[in-house]
Amino acid sequence: MITLFLSLALLQIQLPSVKLNDLEARITAAPDTLFVVNFWSTWCKPCIAELPEFDDFHRMVSNKPIKVLLVSVDDIKDRAKTEAFIGKRNLVAEVVLLNESKPQEWINWVSPEWSGAIPATLFVRSGTGTRKIYETTFTSSDLRDTISANGWGEL
Amino acid sequence: MIRLALTTLTMLLVIGRVIAADTLPPGVTIGDKAPDFSARNVDGKTVSLASFRNAKGVIIVFMANHCPFSTAYEDRIIALHKKYAPEGWPVLGISSSDATEEPEDSFEKMKERATEKEYPFPYVYDSTQAIAHAYGARRTPHVFLLHNTKTGFVVEYIGAVDDNPRDAEAVEQKFVENAIADLTHGTTPRQAITKAIGCTIIWKEQ
Repeated sequence: MITLFLSLALLQIQLPSVKLNDLEARITAAPDTLFVVNFWSTWCKPCIAELPEFDDFHRMVSNKPIKVLLVSVDDIKDRAKTEAFIGKRNLVAEVVLLNESKPQEWINWVSPEWSGAIPATLFVRSGTGTRKIYETTFTSSDLRDTISANGWGEL
Repeated sequence: MIRLALTTLTMLLVIGRVIAADTLPPGVTIGDKAPDFSARNVDGKTVSLASFRNAKGVIIVFMANHCPFSTAYEDRIIALHKKYAPEGWPVLGISSSDATEEPEDSFEKMKERATEKEYPFPYVYDSTQAIAHAYGARRTPHVFLLHNTKTGFVVEYIGAVDDNPRDAEAVEQKFVENAIADLTHGTTPRQAITKAIGCTIIWKEQ
């Protein structure tokens, strides 16, 4: 029992890293799915505070065509630290590490309207041409309200 | 019916809060006249654009005690001031985050930080967030480089200090230094707007 506990505690999770091209291809490949892409970092307090909200939302919409993606913008060189951080949290939603190094380029690729401030959340539904970024924090009910008010998806 | 109306009203209020941060005033752009302001420095004195009337320009940096990304730049911001203030381009640090929400950003904590790190530049408290709104500052650190011209202060560069937040040694492009060099040579900055990841300024509830 103790051995099992120790081995669980020492379990190091591994997170996939993505280039922005891959991320973009993925969130535009399914035209009828609304992607809720949250950009966060281990050093960003309001981001960390809202991760469980995104996870709750993910659980609530698990049978809907809505996909939550939590994209870490921590430096890819800090991968081990980010993985240890996520390992301590029981998140069900998918977490990926962004592997890009020139923020003055890739921030604009995500959205020209994004200043680079985090937390930031991008809503994309390619089939309806929906693409909108918010520089704000969300609770799970804020996410629901924003989606239903804009008619971006069935909840 | 009344219940429906109330529900709708509640929804609108909730959504209003979410959308508020999304519709922050756009602020200034390159070539705009710099908005004037008046704010209290950690030494108790009031600072405004007139405080810099004899300078060639001002390097305004929106900073935040609470933000590791901002503090990672502190030494570089101090170095910028030490290098450029003697040439007429001093730094002005501005803290705008809501101290009610983030106690690390209170005026008292700003004084402590400035003393601890021996800031050689003024560090003022934007208590109403009016300066951040007027300039369109969004994150920390966020730089607005002002050039002092015959017609007043003009915004000439908006963005990051340089291209590598994590490692000062590995910086390839020093955006602010390049912009000052270009302005000193009488040309417009080669790169007038850059973007970087940073902590959002913590906005007061609307």
